[in-house]
Amino acid sequence: MSSPEPERPATAASYLRIEGVVKRFAPGAAAAVDGVSLDIAAGEFFALLGPSGCGKTTLLRLLAGFETPDAGRILIDRVDMAGVPPYRRPVNMMFQSYALFPHMTAAENVGFGLRQDGLPKAEIAVRVAAMLDLVKLGPLARRKPHQLSGGERQRVALARALAQEPKLVLLDEPLAALDRKLREETRFELVRIQQRVGVTFLMVTHDQEEAMSMASRIAVMSGGRIVQLGTPQQIYEEPASRFVADFIGAVNLFAGRVAGAAAGCLQVDSAEAGATLVVEHAPLPAGSEVAIAVRPEKITLAPAATAPNRLAGRVRGAAYRGEASTYEVELAGGKLLRVTLPNTGRRTEGYAAGQAVTLAFAPAAAVVLPP
Amino acid sequence: MSAALRRRAVLALPYAWLVLFFLVPFLISLKISVAESVIGIPPYSALIDTSGGSWRLDLSGESYRRLFTDDLYVVAYLNAVKFAGISTVFCLLLGYPLAYGIVRAPRRLRSLLLLLVILPFWTSFLIRVYAWIGLLKENGLINNVLLTLGLIHQPLILLNNAFAVYVGIVYSYLPFMVLPLYAQLEKLDPALLEAAADLGCRPWQAFLRVTLPLSMPGIAAGALLVFIPAVGEFVIPSLLGGPDTLMIGKVLWDEFFANHDWPMASAVAVAMLLLLLLPMGFIRRLLQGETA
Repeated sequence: MSSPEPERPATAASYLRIEGVVKRFAPGAAAAVDGVSLDIAAGEFFALLGPSGCGKTTLLRLLAGFETPDAGRILIDRVDMAGVPPYRRPVNMMFQSYALFPHMTAAENVGFGLRQDGLPKAEIAVRVAAMLDLVKLGPLARRKPHQLSGGERQRVALARALAQEPKLVLLDEPLAALDRKLREETRFELVRIQQRVGVTFLMVTHDQEEAMSMASRIAVMSGGRIVQLGTPQQIYEEPASRFVADFIGAVNLFAGRVAGAAAGCLQVDSAEAGATLVVEHAPLPAGSEVAIAVRPEKITLAPAATAPNRLAGRVRGAAYRGEASTYEVELAGGKLLRVTLPNTGRRTEGYAAGQAVTLAFAPAAAVVLPP
Repeated sequence: MSAALRRRAVLALPYAWLVLFFLVPFLISLKISVAESVIGIPPYSALIDTSGGSWRLDLSGESYRRLFTDDLYVVAYLNAVKFAGISTVFCLLLGYPLAYGIVRAPRRLRSLLLLLVILPFWTSFLIRVYAWIGLLKENGLINNVLLTLGLIHQPLILLNNAFAVYVGIVYSYLPFMVLPLYAQLEKLDPALLEAAADLGCRPWQAFLRVTLPLSMPGIAAGALLVFIPAVGEFVIPSLLGGPDTLMIGKVLWDEFFANHDWPMASAVAVAMLLLLLLPMGFIRRLLQGETA
């Protein structure tokens, strides 16, 4: 914001406000963060989601003060952070590598910031013990980082980021370094701790499952911009673009052209599908190019004879995943689709490769996207 | 060959080296140090006296007695420790910022800067020390420049005193301080300093609480690499020092080459080695406490 605008009071609930922030690492280079604006409320668990190189980590570092924005403003609790060095910002960061001090014990790591604040020793000891209890690391307080497992180190890093009681905690890929099983357990743990402490969490992740299962709101980033902002359900069920639909979960996309509209539905001619598809959507001018997105779990393989959007195909491959099976179905025109069916019974008969099938999806199950 | 045997063979090599070139010479020195000086070849008495048909161990404590009673040796030892110690501190004070600067330099500059640190080694050590004579002497480069600039009216006495010895030792051993420090500082994860800043540390506080403690192994290695050879330094005090800079290395040389008193020279060498084990053991303990 170049014009000296009067201080716009952030809405009462908005704790972090990002206004048109731009960051370039070299003059003339593509912006790593390209005009991002965002309002995050106090107590929210917010996720910045995007592929690597989308600018999400740079945005986090701008908030922590490790980078300086080329344009735009960052307000934390209504205070402009321009020129405020990292050591004076009311935020703490949990680093992707954890960045634990190797020469200090777990307790000393957690108490590092408190000692820096000049708290009396007795109070530091009490608060460190409380923090370590919160992350269930009490008995390991005297271990050094190299004597801890990956999961334990992760919890020390979290306790350290929470110890100074910041209002806003930045988490850079907090679960990326953990193995799969631990990662899933830790998701719930992180949410539980966040709710218990009542702190605002801003998490950066490239893992859409992680973002959806933990965050109350998600900003999907691509090329330094926010391409969609919403609740996990909105992002998943109403993706705004092909990119979001494709990045969040699996999706089947049909290119097509609007042929007509009737009764709240669009008729879309799709050469890829080899049929005219019926999709619930407000009318669009005939001839518009669109993409139809259908999630794999919203397709059935045993449709009623009268069901709309019936397509004939052949099973190419099947993957049994336990709770569900995923099939790759080839349509007559050669288009490959992904279909997921839940394994509701213990003896659910699957489909075998080579089997001819008819698939269908409801008009309300599909989303119309710009091509 | 089994894997275990191979592993043992690999380990045996450095041990064999140490035994052959360090332990054996040390034992020979030890043996000579407890002999008596005689005129002859070799110029010391035999350890085992076989005269008279019976074998008799012939140990003499004479050299060690002199070592502890003659002021010359005690003063030379203390002098050597003082010169080496103070030089080590100066090397650290100069070397730390240097190593830190190289680590922080742009990547493509780094190898060039490191090369510049090592570059003096391409010239003979002796020639480099002689070069300092040319710089420091009464009508040397430094005095001439200062006189020409009018900053001084009398030549400064820079050579053949303690100052010159310090200059010589610090100059010669600085790379041995910089290189281990560089290796240590280069391993430091920059994220640790960001974490410290994030937790409220100003840059100098982050240095004191994170960088400095984590560079202790490098400081210890550099200090030992400078201190140990500097204690026994002979060339620098001989060429640049004066009458008040007698160090133990010079005494050793004199005993061996001037006095031909091999037992005394050996006793000096053995005592010097034991003297050096002390700081090494101390630093070892310090570092173990750090990592345990």
